[in-house]
Order: sequence, then C-alpha cells, then structure tokens
Amino acid sequence: MSIVFQRPHALIDKPLHYCPGCTHGIIHRLVAEVLDELGIEGTTVGVASVGCTYNSYEYFNCDMVQAAHGRAPAVATGIRRSLPDRTVFTYQGDGDLAAIGTAEIVHAATRGEKITTIFVNNAIYGMTSGQMAPTTLVGQVTTTTPFGRKPELHGYPVRVCELLSTLEGAVYVERVAVNNVQNIRKAKAAIKRAFQVQAAGLGFSIVEVLSICPTNWGMSPDKSLEWLRDNMIPHYPLGNFKNVALPGETPAADGSDK
Amino acid sequence: MKGNEVIAEAALRAGCRHYFGYPITPQTEVAHYMARKMEEIGGTFVQAESEVAAINMVYGAASAGVRAMTSSSSPGISLKQEGISYAAGAELPIVVIDIVRCGPGLGGILPAQCDYYQMVKGGGHGDYHNIVLAPQGVQEMYELVVDAFNLADKYRNPVVVMGDGYMGQMMEAVEFRDQEKIERPEKPWAACGSEMKRPHNTITSIYIEADVLEAHVRHMYEKYKAIEENEVRVDVQNCEGADVIIAAYGTCARVTKNVIKDAAKLGIKVGLIRPITLWPFPKKAFEQYAKVPKGFLTVEMSMGQMIDDVKLAVNGQNNVYFYGRTGGNVPGQKDILAEVVKIARGEGGDLR
Repeated sequence: MSIVFQRPHALIDKPLHYCPGCTHGIIHRLVAEVLDELGIEGTTVGVASVGCTYNSYEYFNCDMVQAAHGRAPAVATGIRRSLPDRTVFTYQGDGDLAAIGTAEIVHAATRGEKITTIFVNNAIYGMTSGQMAPTTLVGQVTTTTPFGRKPELHGYPVRVCELLSTLEGAVYVERVAVNNVQNIRKAKAAIKRAFQVQAAGLGFSIVEVLSICPTNWGMSPDKSLEWLRDNMIPHYPLGNFKNVALPGETPAADGSDK
Repeated sequence: MKGNEVIAEAALRAGCRHYFGYPITPQTEVAHYMARKMEEIGGTFVQAESEVAAINMVYGAASAGVRAMTSSSSPGISLKQEGISYAAGAELPIVVIDIVRCGPGLGGILPAQCDYYQMVKGGGHGDYHNIVLAPQGVQEMYELVVDAFNLADKYRNPVVVMGDGYMGQMMEAVEFRDQEKIERPEKPWAACGSEMKRPHNTITSIYIEADVLEAHVRHMYEKYKAIEENEVRVDVQNCEGADVIIAAYGTCARVTKNVIKDAAKLGIKVGLIRPITLWPFPKKAFEQYAKVPKGFLTVEMSMGQMIDDVKLAVNGQNNVYFYGRTGGNVPGQKDILAEVVKIARGEGGDLR
C-alpha cells in the first residue's frame, strides 16, 4: 500500500494553538507542502511575526527567526543579504504587515528584496481580541469599531496587493483565498510560484491569503467562509496582480509578463 | 583619519561585512565609508528606510550568524531601542554605534553625552544590559570597535560603542594593527538553514510561560555577572594621594587631563577615573578611592547622568560634585579647574 497523503515534513507534528475553524492551519500546511515539494526545508529560513502566528516557529521545521511587530521584512532583508543562497520567507498578518509594518513591507518590495511574504488577511486583529485592522471592511464591527467601520471616522480598508504591485521591485503579487478546495489549490500554486520567483533571484514576491477568524468575527467557521466569499472577495478581488517569467518560461507577448 | 571613518574601517577589519544604516548627523560618514567599501569588497550595505528597519536588518543578519553593525546618533538610537531590546532578549551579537548629539527631541547636532541613560540604563524595555564602550579618541575608537565585535560574539549580547559627537568628527592619527585580535566563535545556534543535518534553530525573544521567561532572564543575568567580573575597563590616572578625583569619559576626560596639569601648578592634586566600559561600570576603581580627601567631581556633557553610577559606586562614603555643559557645549578647562579649586578649598560646588 502506498501513502498518498501525509503531514509535510516541513510541518512539525504537534497540535496547532489556533482557534477552532481558523485557516492559519491550512496556510501553514500549504507553505510546508511547498517547502517539501521544492526540497528547500534545509535551506530556508522563515520569519515569524507578531500576532496569532508569533510562534509559527513552533510549527515550521526550517530554521526560524521571530521578529518584532511589523519588522519581519527588515529582519528577512538582513537574513537574505547575509545568506544569498538561502530562501527566506516572512509570515505576517494584516495588523503586522499593513499597519505597524507598512514602511518595512513597502521598502522591502521597493528594494526588490529576494524574499517571499505570506500575508494573511483576515480583516481583523486576532491575537489582541478583534480590533479594527487596516484591512477591516467598511461597516465591519470590531472591538474598536463597535458600531461598524465608518470611513469618516476610521478611513478605508487598504488593498495591499494593489499598492505593492505599483512597485518595480515587487515582481510577483497575487491574492488568493482559502475558503474552498478550489481556492486552496490556487493558493498553493501561488505560494509555490512565489518561492520559485525568489529562487530564480527575480525580486520580491508576495501572496496575500484571505483568511477567516471565526472567534473574533463572532461566527461559526462555515458562516465565516460564507462571509469571506460574500464580503471580502468583492473588496479584495482574487487573482494575479503582477507576474514574471520564471527561467524557461516565455514572457507574455504584451509585455505584462502575465 | 576622521573618527567616523575609523569606525567603519575598524568594523571591516573586524570582519563585519554587513552594515545597515540610516542617515543622521553627526555619524553619517560611517555610512558613506561603508557604502563605498562594501560595494568594492562584495559586502552588504543597505540604506534602510528608517532606523527601526536598520536595527531589525542587523537583527536578521546576526540571526543568520554574520557580524553585523548599524550606526546612528541619539534621536536615531531612540528608534533603535526596540530592536536592541529584542536582540538582547534573543541573545544576538550585534554592534551599535552611537555618536551622541544633544537632546531631548530633535535637540541639536552638536556633541553631547546625554545618551548615557538610554544606552547604559537600558533604553528599550525589559531586564537587560548592553555592553557600552566609550572611547576618548580616534585610536581608541578603532580598538574598541574591533573589541565590540569580539565581545558581542563572546557573550551573544548587543555591544554599543558610544562617543560624543567629537569622537566621530575629530581627525587624529590612527595606527591600524596588521593582525587584528579577532575571535570568532562557532555559531551553532544561528538560523542559517539546517541542511537537514540538525534540528531546526529558532531565534526568539518570546517566552509566554512565566517560569520559562524568568529562567531565560536569570540565564541572561548570569551572563551579565560574568561580564561584570571579566570585562570592566577603566583608565585610572594620578589618583594615589589625590585631593580631588574627577570622573569623566570621552571628550570630558581629554579636557580633564589638562586640568590635572593646571591644578598641579596651584598645588592641588587631581586624579582621573575614566570609565572605558560604561557598562559594566568600573565600581571597584571608585570604591578603592572612595575616601579621596576632598571628594569626587563628575564632569559630563549633560546635566548629569553618569553621576548616578559614580554615586552608587561611592556609596555615600564621600561627596560627589557635578559640573556639566549641554546643548552642544563642552566643559572648558578653566571652568573645570575653577570647580576643582572650589572643592579643594572646601568652598562648595554643585553637590549632588
């Protein structure tokens, strides 16, 4: 009998601490599967950030560095510049990346740092119990927008992929979701390509993953998946924003590299 | 050679190939020198988007196991304190240069010593210490920067080389040794890729469980105890039989050396205790001379910061007076002498 499905080697065999229904577990698994498939677990250094995934170093089997809030892209820059033959990724949430760490992510992308960012957007601060994130949708109720996010008081939700895709150093930018099997498969393909782009030395790559937070959204996991589909995807359209030809691929004739 | 350029050259000679900086007066020549040299020798120079990013790049590079450095001046150092605290907690060997200017706030760009508190007393959050080295000139700057890398690696701890603005801006002759005393321990803890040959390494400063964090901090304090026992450096001059002892470092110590000569002409013997390590502080030198007949005078380019440590070391056994200038001013030879004369004649002074 052959084994057709098992835990990726790059994912340590221990219980995850995430809340029931949280999709971080899926995203961890996708990253680990990609590390396995590309055979790069032993040559990869991951950077954990601050938020629910502060201790993702407990789960990934590659070397890991824990960074201060928002600083993961700067830490990753230091690592990658010191280890030019290694793969370096950051795993960051929306508060970490799109609020306190905005400068670090924008400038890592601007410099075209050869790192890969997995950006998990669940439209809320999870770890600190459900405050408004930069990505919280208009009208969304959080513990710091108890009457819903109002643009006149709280501004508008930021679209990170659209923002970063204007930068020349960011060569691969894609938004995916993990709300159904089809999208999960697309998410894995995007994560894999982001790592391949890094391996080819082409520049900065980021995959934004729309994710759910049943605990802080105050919904069941299945209702959360519906909420993601009905509310997040319309504001955060899925798809590729920027692509680049990998070695051996033919660039698109229109010059878009898509 | 200019002090700031010597800092960069010393770092290169100590094997530093990764520098991350952000422009700020009066230390920017470090970055200029590094930008040129790193490109020539294939090292890493990154002009970061902020001091915050620069220190975190150093954090990343040190995590990967290489010798890494950043340099800045006081307001920039304030921003780096977050990263320094994390590096201390994660036990990372990093080197930080602080060429001090006057504050608070944007303050001014002229030399000062008013970063003593933020560098010696922590600055960032949590229970930790930086090793803080204070040169009095360009030659010593060179030697201490090389030593900083060795100490950082030896103790897996942030090391700060702190000089007032003059230390960065002055030009003096410097002799580079042909054979640097470079000690480079193995770093089996580094996060540089496991090659699947060992369990994965983790660099972190977070310990959620109280007992685990307490054990970690206690481990750090065992290390600090060893540093206090082994790494104190102090320059003691003319203290045997002195009437008054001046405590000063950096530029103030240089001025004091002339005050010693002037005072001798007036029949007053002045000693100097010049801490070279501000942390660990040379307590024993002060204990040894605690009974100096007329007391101590602490001279600083601040409103009085190091004097706290002088008083702790003297431990109530004697008077500790203060003379300082700030805003970019330097205590003058004649002004210090006047304070010494007052103290020696029992006519008072700024008793703290």
